[in-house]
Amino acid sequence: MTAIPQKVAANATVRHFLARVAFAIVMTIVGLLFALPMVWLVLAPFDATPSLSLSWPDWTLDNFARLAENPYALRSIGNSLLLGIGTMVIVVVLGALAAYAMSRIRIPGRDGILYGLLLLSSIVTGTAAMVPTYQIITQLGLINSYVGVLLVLAGGILPTVIFILKDFMDSIPKSYEESARLYGAGPFRILRDVVAPIARPGLAFISIWTIVQVWGNFLVPFILLRSPDLQPAAVLMYTFYTESGQADLRLISTFALLFSAPVLIIYFIVNRRYGFRFHGGIKS
Amino acid sequence: MTTSTTTPAGSAIAPRRRRADDVAGLGTARAGIFVAPALILIGIFLLFPAVWTIWLGMTDYRLTGLQAASPEFVGLDNYAEALTDPSFWNSLWLTLIFVLFSGIIGQTLIGFGLAWAVRNIHGWVKGLIEGLVLAAWVIPASVASFLWLALLDRRSGTVNGLLGTEGTAWLIDHPMESIIIFNIWVGTAFSMQLFSSALSAVPPSQIESAKMVGASGWQQLRDVIVPNIKGHILTNTLLITLWTFNTFTPYLVTAGGPNGKTEILSVYIYETAIPGGQLGLGAAISLIMLLINLVIALGYVRVSKGRKKR
Repeated sequence: MTAIPQKVAANATVRHFLARVAFAIVMTIVGLLFALPMVWLVLAPFDATPSLSLSWPDWTLDNFARLAENPYALRSIGNSLLLGIGTMVIVVVLGALAAYAMSRIRIPGRDGILYGLLLLSSIVTGTAAMVPTYQIITQLGLINSYVGVLLVLAGGILPTVIFILKDFMDSIPKSYEESARLYGAGPFRILRDVVAPIARPGLAFISIWTIVQVWGNFLVPFILLRSPDLQPAAVLMYTFYTESGQADLRLISTFALLFSAPVLIIYFIVNRRYGFRFHGGIKS
Repeated sequence: MTTSTTTPAGSAIAPRRRRADDVAGLGTARAGIFVAPALILIGIFLLFPAVWTIWLGMTDYRLTGLQAASPEFVGLDNYAEALTDPSFWNSLWLTLIFVLFSGIIGQTLIGFGLAWAVRNIHGWVKGLIEGLVLAAWVIPASVASFLWLALLDRRSGTVNGLLGTEGTAWLIDHPMESIIIFNIWVGTAFSMQLFSSALSAVPPSQIESAKMVGASGWQQLRDVIVPNIKGHILTNTLLITLWTFNTFTPYLVTAGGPNGKTEILSVYIYETAIPGGQLGLGAAISLIMLLINLVIALGYVRVSKGRKKR
């Protein structure tokens, strides 16, 4: 650095400093952009008279008590839970069986098939396949029923699940199964008592990921369910404030927080434990 | 399905090989039973819709009326109708703008900027920024859209308060800009996380040597960082393009309005097919969307294969 003439060096330092200040200002604005809606989400539910603008709340818990009395709101959260857990059970059971078999039996072109399935699931998205999905579910007579929603959600999620679970299954040493076999255990028993416990981190990750996916999914229940009492929170929340111009902000703000909190908590626990391990289309 | 059709013909002839392949004693037939349910589900709800779209798109299928009971084959009429309809081209154009500004430029640049900004800081500031961005990504879309509706509200929205633009109806006067910013807010986390891990993998020695020869921050970025993470940039761009192209959530903010000004392709298909009742026409547009998805996804495959080879 000493070889550079002083004036040039000073100029470079000034420019460097200005660039850093400009960058810091831009990033602060971006940070504010991300923070503003979040602050409203956290503060408004605790305000006795929430408005659409950000303000320091007049602290109260009354809004939560009021929400508890609203049958639609609570039922929709229950519906979301039902859809999330239902999809999770289907996906984990079928995904584990398929991933295990694919990991243990050599099929020619197996990796190609898996990769093809994964590719397919990112091409045939909920949006692009909206019309045929709606039509198939109507033809099967499953419109306005949870079975239809569960099957569509599970079918879309399964390729990713199999792809990730196969990774976990591949890492289980085969010697465990060999010794289990020596003691006369059948394949189902091996899967249940040997493989599943070892693959538990993978199964747990998949379960949580599936619930988070389904919890926020709007489109599938929106086009396949008709009755308000069947709708999950994602759809009900949308109808809350479009039905009438008058929005009940005490109800909506509290509902928004109650609906977001579970996935936020789950997500940050998982992220802290496992870090950033997103494979391909982990969120659609 | 492939598994159940391959018979264990070699079992008697080559018992040793079979043992080495199949320690769990699963057997090909049972493996087929294990795989079948998942594959059937994927087949019906993922593979079949893709094929079915081709057929549906060539019928005059409607939600109600005569064509609902017995749809007729109309060949390429739907495609001709879609391709000559200005509102289809308008929607495609809007989608292009939306993907370009909210996905490719917005999410990628801001995601990179954030990853760059927090790479050398530790502690609560880093945690706070990353946490906020990630939270925006995790929050259900219905909630996120309401937060933005509140923020942009004409009478009491915080944005109008902060900018001193009281009375501005952002969603009516600037609908496209609104959903672009909304989508940047929702989706930037992925790019930020991806670039964070990419940046941490750039060899520090290369940055040090660049500093030694007096490269400015910009030169370091151009000559050291970008070449090192080129593969990540490509992967990120392709994935973001695919996801932004397919997102339906802007519907929650503007419902395609006002006057179709934010009717991106996903919303256009929905409006045509379900409230509009023209399932056949909707399917034809869906197929166009599927084909575009296919092109983007194949691009992604090529990039990720090229990266593996390196």
